[in-house]
Amino acid sequence: MSKLSRDDVLKLAKLSRLRLSDEEVERFRTELSSILEYVEVLDKADTAGLEPTYQVTGLKNVMRTDSTRDYGYKTEDLLKGAPDKQAGQFKVKRVLG
Amino acid sequence: MSQWPAVADIARDVQAGKLKAADLVEQALKAIDDNKEFDAIISTLADRARQRAVEIDKNPKGRLAGVPFIAKDNFLTLGGKTTAASNILKPYEAFYQATAIERLEAEGAICVAKANLDAFAHGSSTENSDFFVTKNPHDKERVPGGSSGGSAASVVLGLAPFALGTDTGGSIRLPASFCGAVGLKPTYGLVSRSGVIAMASSTDVIGPLATNVEDAALVLDVMSGRDELDGTTIERDGKSYGDLDGNLQGKKVGVIKEYFDEGLNSEVKKVVDAAIEKFKAAGAEVLEVSLPSLPLALAVYYIVCPAEVSSNLARYDGQRYGFSAKEANDLEESYELSREQGFGAEAKRRIMIGTYVLSSGYYDAYYKKAQMVRTKIINEFAAAFEKFDLLVGPTSPTTAFKIGEKTGDPLQMYLTDIMTVAANISGNPAISVPAGMADNLPVGLQIIAPMSADRRLLAAARAFEELA
Repeated sequence: MSKLSRDDVLKLAKLSRLRLSDEEVERFRTELSSILEYVEVLDKADTAGLEPTYQVTGLKNVMRTDSTRDYGYKTEDLLKGAPDKQAGQFKVKRVLG
Repeated sequence: MSQWPAVADIARDVQAGKLKAADLVEQALKAIDDNKEFDAIISTLADRARQRAVEIDKNPKGRLAGVPFIAKDNFLTLGGKTTAASNILKPYEAFYQATAIERLEAEGAICVAKANLDAFAHGSSTENSDFFVTKNPHDKERVPGGSSGGSAASVVLGLAPFALGTDTGGSIRLPASFCGAVGLKPTYGLVSRSGVIAMASSTDVIGPLATNVEDAALVLDVMSGRDELDGTTIERDGKSYGDLDGNLQGKKVGVIKEYFDEGLNSEVKKVVDAAIEKFKAAGAEVLEVSLPSLPLALAVYYIVCPAEVSSNLARYDGQRYGFSAKEANDLEESYELSREQGFGAEAKRRIMIGTYVLSSGYYDAYYKKAQMVRTKIINEFAAAFEKFDLLVGPTSPTTAFKIGEKTGDPLQMYLTDIMTVAANISGNPAISVPAGMADNLPVGLQIIAPMSADRRLLAAARAFEELA
């Protein structure tokens, strides 16, 4: 595991829904590689017998009553920031060609 | 610089009719206007703040009656925009407020402005803001620290009596240290994150920046406790966080050995050593303690944080709110162009690192391994707190650096957080308190306490503040 190739960066950008310029691909290839090399210091840590920690509160299955609540929002409030809308709904570009 | 009375005193005088909320709001707005050169503020909420002041003056009550404050611009607020200092949220107006803001308002506080930050809180200097760089109040050629740099600069400049920040890897404590403010990162889960733009959800914490510990404690007391809108919030105990017994006599204080190893600036070390001597003089039992895995905390953080960032930033796709690239021909292109143009370099970096470490084939080697080392760090903290009431060390290895000094090398910027990230990884409460000056720049002392011992942390910080 070490430096990323140009193709690796392009694949990551694609998975991340980012489009990168040629200049950015090269810049990120170098920068991301050096960050990944830095974190490889963890390879040397002895973690035998340790469980991973994904959260620190120890809370489990925090429940609330499954009931509707009226927050007083109107559809217009929720659509106010929409880049495009129609008939009280978000309007997006076509999905299928 | 700061000229506000203590928060509790302001509220008491407003309740008694001796001070008017309307005048306090104008004082804050004028201070913001007079200090524009520091670029601490993204926008004011002047109209809404003035309206609220009129209502409060009619019926002045609440523990924060009439007290103006400033929120980092990743807190959703009404009456203006919430941008996270990012181009992709530049046009965004929230239709509800963060629970923290709601709780402060319920006690009469008034949010007057939104402070600058590194976009989406990704950074240690505010230089990653998509808009502008905040200047350090002590030296305009230097950074205020980050990511809550606008909030820290605001309280030190006296724009408002307190400000809110978020601390995911040190983003409250580091700018507090660089600017000379008190910056509190409470125990993970003590303050609701509802309505705060998520960065790394397993380490994101909300806290106050203030000019003194009592103000920070009062603000924490108002904000903290369970919230139905954030399932990760923990119960608080019934006692006020403002009720502080600040006696250091007999307290067992561990000095974190690893934070004094190479890399600590010698002038900063002198100030921190002198601070530790004050603990001894006040009767604390001070001994060195080693937490050998602490130097790994930053590597853990730069796997866990980007992983969570890559997930949390997936929602910004240009479809429902925020910036949307108009020239796209289909949905896929709309996502890619909106994100390409709307995110700055640091957000892209973290999204891609996160995507990489969560990819099948790499997940175990990076993400799972990091979470196992996280357990190791948590265990070392727990063992240290069996022997010690509190741990202390520097907040940062250096004082505020020059604007532009680290922007060319992301890894050097990340290393700025080397002494703050461990408490985020573990969830422990931690505070940065002004300890003195090195070469005319502020130095912060960091104090760390066991999980949920926020009151003990604040009490020690206040006691130290009185000695400093």
